[in-house]
Amino acid sequence: MGKSRWLLLLVAALALALGGCGGDDGDDEAGGGDGGESGGTLVFAGASDPVALDGALVSDGESIRVITQLFETLIGLKPGTTELEPALATEWEVNDDATVFTFTLREGVKFHDGTDFNAEAVCFNFDRWYNFKGPLQNPSASYYWQSFFGGFAKNESEDLSPSLFKSCEAQDDTTAVLTLTKPSASMLGALTQQAFSIASPKALEEFEADAGTVDEETGFKPTGTFGTEHPIGTGPFKFESWTRGDRLVLSRYDDYWGEKAKLDEVIIRPIGDNAARLQALQNDEIQGYDLVEPQDVPTIEGDENLKIIERPAFNVAYVTINQAQKPMDKLEVRQAVAYGLDREAVVNNFYGGRGVVATQMMPPEVMGYADDVTEYTYDPEKSKELLQKAGLTLPVPIDFWYPTDVSRPYMPDPKRNFEALAASLNKAGFKVTAHSAPWSPDYLGRVDEGTAGHLNLIGWTGDFADPDNFIGVFFQSFSPQFGFRNPELFNLLDQGEAEADEAKREEIYQQANRLIMDFLPAVPYAHSKPALGFRADVDGYIASPTTNESFATVSIGGGE
Amino acid sequence: MLRFVIRRLLLLVPILLGLSILVFAWIRALPGGPAEALLGERLTPESRAQVEEQYGLNDPVYVQYWRYFKTTVVDRDLGTSITTRRAISDELKERFPATIELAVGAMLFAMTVGIPLGYFAAKKYGGTFDHASLLISLLGVSIPIFFLAILLKYIFAIKLGLLPTVGRQSVLIDTPHPTNFYILDAILAGDPEALWDCIKHLILPAIALGSIPLAIVARITRAATLDVQNEDYVRTARAKGLSPRAVDLRHIFRNAMLPIATIVGLQTGLLLSGAVLTETVFAWPGIGTWLVEAIDNRNYPVLQGGILFISLVFVLVNLIVDVSYALINPRIRVS
Repeated sequence: MGKSRWLLLLVAALALALGGCGGDDGDDEAGGGDGGESGGTLVFAGASDPVALDGALVSDGESIRVITQLFETLIGLKPGTTELEPALATEWEVNDDATVFTFTLREGVKFHDGTDFNAEAVCFNFDRWYNFKGPLQNPSASYYWQSFFGGFAKNESEDLSPSLFKSCEAQDDTTAVLTLTKPSASMLGALTQQAFSIASPKALEEFEADAGTVDEETGFKPTGTFGTEHPIGTGPFKFESWTRGDRLVLSRYDDYWGEKAKLDEVIIRPIGDNAARLQALQNDEIQGYDLVEPQDVPTIEGDENLKIIERPAFNVAYVTINQAQKPMDKLEVRQAVAYGLDREAVVNNFYGGRGVVATQMMPPEVMGYADDVTEYTYDPEKSKELLQKAGLTLPVPIDFWYPTDVSRPYMPDPKRNFEALAASLNKAGFKVTAHSAPWSPDYLGRVDEGTAGHLNLIGWTGDFADPDNFIGVFFQSFSPQFGFRNPELFNLLDQGEAEADEAKREEIYQQANRLIMDFLPAVPYAHSKPALGFRADVDGYIASPTTNESFATVSIGGGE
Repeated sequence: MLRFVIRRLLLLVPILLGLSILVFAWIRALPGGPAEALLGERLTPESRAQVEEQYGLNDPVYVQYWRYFKTTVVDRDLGTSITTRRAISDELKERFPATIELAVGAMLFAMTVGIPLGYFAAKKYGGTFDHASLLISLLGVSIPIFFLAILLKYIFAIKLGLLPTVGRQSVLIDTPHPTNFYILDAILAGDPEALWDCIKHLILPAIALGSIPLAIVARITRAATLDVQNEDYVRTARAKGLSPRAVDLRHIFRNAMLPIATIVGLQTGLLLSGAVLTETVFAWPGIGTWLVEAIDNRNYPVLQGGILFISLVFVLVNLIVDVSYALINPRIRVS
């Protein structure tokens, strides 16, 4: 019987040891400082590791989240809003043409490595991006530059358009002048993006931010350490260390020009699974995380140790109408689709109380939103009338696609959305054939190529607060996704992009939104407010529609 | 024996070659490519064309294969991950130790609980203990790992506050990681607090992952023990007057170990290929999640390099099992 007694003893010893050490969860808890005024460490969970901490070369949300703490842009956003405010630039002037932008820069700002921030540093950064070569010109690297400025000094691919950027001039230490090749009034809004944040020229050079090996098989591999070990900016936090799959540590920058961060340290850890993030929050192993699943929102709200913070809606979920697929080229048929979708039911049931019905292809927060667009409340009888008017026999067969294996902020449960919308269309004179494909790459590829049926479910989260970043992206020129050519709409959006006068610009975009909701290239159905989960004693986190969220104002421990 | 080992090692060459072609062909056959994963909703025909150009995806298939072959075999470079832009060998150096730690932890759990469980079930054949062990085995195999993991976390972490829920180490404890085996690193750093912290983080994942091997090891042990108990040589040993303990240890247990060793070896090989569900629920940065994400992202280099690596490991582990088999049983050595 010796063996079993020994075994029992072992089990008992283990239980004792666990019990003994279990009492203090101390080492897994990040506490606040005294009275919650300052100090302490906050642990925040991201969905994955960042790719690199170089704003110009990334487009994933986790990289941008960290970059936002370390770097700053010329123009910032008032926290929680889409209103522009001074950041590294204190004033700016735009010429009548909207081609020359003169920035007065903030004085007395230093990078984390002690070098001075000045106009030369600003132009160094802009010139760096403009002169990207080789693999850095690929959209998988410099997406945001290309999205706004188009091409580079020397385009190496014919898929790149001539650059919008002309030059940057450092007139003196505190004056930087940016000149464009064509008018663009959305440049000020675009400059709030982290892709245009200013890095220390000394660090960029010393740590070889652009260096890398290129191999046809393996693609681009950066060899410099700027984006992985020395991301030196002017922001309220500086970089400490990064262990992949484990943690990324930031600490307060005590020589920050503005109000210093309250926390001593921010640690970001990658936790991919939603349930794991929730349990880590409940266990106080993390003090906050992003993109709470709708079904977890009631759990968090019902727990007195936790709380939900809402991010203002900055997205749109819509049903693409591919006009290259007949009979979608007929206006009456598109109108029938619009009247045949029960959008309210979807928003009320599948968005966890965090959605609103969308009336147009951009959220109310964005300038150019029109209150008087044509609205389409669910009216299946009207749909049937319109289809008959178009000379079609009912029911009209259509292919309707939706993605699987995915949850997007604007569409948390694609399948449910689809089932409800398809059912409402079936009552409205259509006969829906369902199709689905895994989100990436199959579904995305199809939607982009225009091979995802007559209708498909997709959406968009804005990059920056400008109408051009919503309806300009969708409808400024022909795309296979929507399959139409509408010169009136294309021209109107071109005009909007070029118009320097704020008031006139707003009118143009409002007109565009009215036109879009009459022309119906797509039917928008929801804007959603993503939710973040935090421990109840975390104060000062301000959610921003564009996810420009700083940890500098955050503190832990309300002082009880 | 040496010839046996060498012959098996030489077999690796055609195995890996064949695998490389298979893996290459299979993942290229999947629709779509890395562009969708890299760009998401921001995909446009132009940007896709540029991405495909950069990764040489427009070249004929045999050209792409030759490039892959040359890079891997001639340059001995496993390539660069498309999504993280890091050397795949670096990612392997981080992820594989994590998987090994988890696999070893799970097998240790499976063996320390499973072998005694099966052994005593056999000794008390037909009794309550035997039936209880059967129940435990059934539960171990039937409960989905995902569910078991969440349940364990709920009970031991959230409710009882005894153990952590995610990761390999508390973010508030800092130790250098020269080997990437966190437990070993803590020992090397001479930091008992860190060591205990790492062990705490390993306990629940090891139990969750080890639940299936536990069931299998227990049943195999029971069957092997029952088998051996009734052999002639055991009866002879007892007749000779050997003490029950000596019979148990020298004859029953030692001979029952043969099939158990095989099973343990095979199970370990399987676990080393990655435990996606356990890794996902515990945010354990191992090979499983690495490869599954690579499939979704059509991260060709990671898939090609990673799967080849795992195949190599699996073949080697099987070789070790076979060799150890021959070591334990002299009859096999001779033949």
